[in-house]
Amino acid sequence: MVLKAEPMLISMGPHHPSTHGVFRMRLVLDGEVITDMEPMVGYLHRGIEKLAETRTYTQVIPLTDRLDYLGSMTNNWAYVLAVEKLAGIKVPERAEYLRVIMGELMRISSHLMAVGFLGNELGCTFTPLLYMFREREKIMDLFEMVCGQRLTYNYMRIGGLSHDIPEEFLPAVKKFVAEMPHYIDEYEQLLSENEILLARTKGVGILPQELAISSSVTGPVLRASGVKWDLRKADPYSIYERFEFDIPTGTVSDVYDRYLVRITEMRQSVRILEQAIKQLPPGEARTKVPLLLRPPVGEAYAHIEAPKGELGFYLVSDGSIAPYRCRIRAPSFTNITALRDMLIGWKIADAVVIFGSIDIVLGEVDR
Amino acid sequence: MPLLPHFQKWLVENGVPHWAAYVVPALTGIIVALLFLFLMIIVYIYLERRGLGRFQIRPGPNRAGPFGILQAFADFIKVLTKEDITPTNADWPVHFLAPVVAFFSAIMILAVIPIQKNAFITNLNIGILYVSAISSLGAIAIFMAGFGSCNKYSLIAAMRGVAQLISYEVPVLLAIAGVLLISGSLAMGDIVRSQNVPFILLQPMGFLIFFIGVGAELNRSPFDLMEAESEIVTGYHIEYSGMKFALFYLGEYGHMVVASAVMTTLYLSGWKGPFLPEALWFIIKMVMVFLAFLWLRATMPRIRVDQLMSLAWKFLLPLALVNLFATALEVLWQDNIGWEQFPWPFVFLNLGLAAIFILVGSKLLFKTGGGRVEV
Amino acid sequence: MTVALSVKEIASKIGEAIPQTVTSVADGSITVTSQHLFQVAKFLKETPGLEFDFLVNISGVDYLDYIEVVYHLVSLKHNHSLVLKTVCPDRDNPVVPSVVSLWRGADFLEREEYDLVGVRFEGHPNLKRIYLWEGFQGHPLRRDYL
Repeated sequence: MVLKAEPMLISMGPHHPSTHGVFRMRLVLDGEVITDMEPMVGYLHRGIEKLAETRTYTQVIPLTDRLDYLGSMTNNWAYVLAVEKLAGIKVPERAEYLRVIMGELMRISSHLMAVGFLGNELGCTFTPLLYMFREREKIMDLFEMVCGQRLTYNYMRIGGLSHDIPEEFLPAVKKFVAEMPHYIDEYEQLLSENEILLARTKGVGILPQELAISSSVTGPVLRASGVKWDLRKADPYSIYERFEFDIPTGTVSDVYDRYLVRITEMRQSVRILEQAIKQLPPGEARTKVPLLLRPPVGEAYAHIEAPKGELGFYLVSDGSIAPYRCRIRAPSFTNITALRDMLIGWKIADAVVIFGSIDIVLGEVDR
Repeated sequence: MPLLPHFQKWLVENGVPHWAAYVVPALTGIIVALLFLFLMIIVYIYLERRGLGRFQIRPGPNRAGPFGILQAFADFIKVLTKEDITPTNADWPVHFLAPVVAFFSAIMILAVIPIQKNAFITNLNIGILYVSAISSLGAIAIFMAGFGSCNKYSLIAAMRGVAQLISYEVPVLLAIAGVLLISGSLAMGDIVRSQNVPFILLQPMGFLIFFIGVGAELNRSPFDLMEAESEIVTGYHIEYSGMKFALFYLGEYGHMVVASAVMTTLYLSGWKGPFLPEALWFIIKMVMVFLAFLWLRATMPRIRVDQLMSLAWKFLLPLALVNLFATALEVLWQDNIGWEQFPWPFVFLNLGLAAIFILVGSKLLFKTGGGRVEV
Repeated sequence: MTVALSVKEIASKIGEAIPQTVTSVADGSITVTSQHLFQVAKFLKETPGLEFDFLVNISGVDYLDYIEVVYHLVSLKHNHSLVLKTVCPDRDNPVVPSVVSLWRGADFLEREEYDLVGVRFEGHPNLKRIYLWEGFQGHPLRRDYL
């Protein structure tokens, strides 16, 4: 009698509670061990790059909100930076400081989601997630105070912000910044020394440094692999040279390191926020820019350090009111390149955890 | 005073034919036991949902009825009125019978649980052996569900489930054997009566092994890989909807009720206690055990299947053997430890031994973390 | 601060190493012929002092007479950047050699440009459509689509 063993093909399909959106992974399994993997994207493709070619420069800003819908402020910022570089527009000081405040609040919110959902995928039935949502609700309340929206803000404009902040915003941000380190300590106390979490994440899903650089991985994943590359320090945009903060890096580049890098980045964001609030000057929130902006013929590439990685916009202008080509460099899309190497040899349970530690958002991947 | 035999005698005295005088008390006993089970299941479901809510800084269901008491009934009505879908390629008899087996294996254990002195359906003199035999039926139900659903995710869950359930029965049975050595009898009533000091103090390591092993048998977090919602999307009951899903759900909570009852009987001295009526003490202890499980579920993440297997075979099994050996030596040295004298020296000795062996075992016996397979 | 290198110097360095490849130097970017793209990219990656080990972005732009493929390169070690372009004059069959063997991150980026703009990358191990389904006709990001 001959024993025949066949590999099993399973599609961790578009409908799955843990794939952060409509992402499909086709796994070839040998028992529980993954032997091959193919990612298939495109279930959320909305043609944002094509749509941008038929809209004016200001009308593209709400489109950029929907890229990484958990980090709308930073998406807006990257696009607006690109247009300002193309057209040579200078932004007033107050608007720069406010942009930094919004960007860092967005970074904290996005990392809270990332760490919370990592806990969810590890199997703690929503408990760490709901603790982190408590803080995220406070951030969303702050944003609602400013622009009236909780998720897709559409707040930044070419030349500054759409309008100035209301009076109750600054005291509320100061209160938030004062109590946030205590909450981050609470999360670390619950999670970082948990035996089962250490057993599930230490040594799991290692991405060697060479492979990370070659696969164009950016963001916390690259920093957890030991490369000290953060665009806020390496290529400072806006006014980031004026703030003091550290860049956390990891040593082993496993899932636990990525989790620690995100928690430390949250602490550093709180530090930047404290400095920005103290240094906030009075002034206007926007320079006057014509309604139908016609930048000179040319091209520009501007990038920022979004919470997920390097978000860049490559704009080509032919002198008309709409961009000729708006190419979006989305961090989650290139971060998936490294996924196959990280997953082979691990089990299904690890597949979900490793995938969650890269922290992608399908809006960016599929655009 | 055993009520059912009295009822039977009264019926015979009043001229009811013998076969009816046998069947009617039996049916009454069964109906009362089932009512008790359903009542405890509803209490457990309520405690779980509100309790999880409090752990997660949210209220929990509080709309259906005052303080959300009627939420279980609302869910039950919803589930009854849902369409019952069977996949086309599924093996119909297997798919149909799986929830039935899961629920009935929980009910059948109720027959031997002593809620009060002499208050059980039947005083089997092999009580605890019967309990462990019936509880292994649960494994068959899960495999039937997973295999008969014609779905790759359920199959993976079923394989994991069978491996998990079989591996964790061995340390549980060895821990029970430690209790049996002290009490000297397999009957559940005798085990409770022999506990002058609750066996949790006399057998701390055994209690821990039993607690972890029963948690794994019940699919409770951190061992709920069979229905790991974040990985294989509720595992073996993916393809079940409607009343069949309700039977699985009831079966899971039924198993939990019964398992906490068994744990109370074996380790927490059953219905013994001052002042309050005995049945109330039993229910209080059952609920305390359940709250411990609930606390674990709200706090701990899930472990992976290979770590689960190494925990069972490399950690719990050696510890259970050591426990059995140490208990056997103590019983040889001094008969009747539990029954008549107050065994305080043994309590401290056992607590000390448990601490030493658990510390040493956790450092030396197995490692977690990593685990990449070369492909 | 990431320094955008002086394109004239780089162009002359490339011209010394691999002659007759650079077609034009304009406005912060170097344009090379599409047949020599792979050799130029390899030269840029491996020359000490340049060492562009990080590929940031690949974009395809459809100017109606020709299709241009733009590569943004960065060196993490020296913290400088460069823009490399290549031009495909034939719009019906634009072919560019693939740089996947130099930078693995080009894998998905090239597939996306193939899918949406229609540029074929020769030497890519798995050139399939990534966003649109197999069997879709046309390339949506071209200016004459719709």
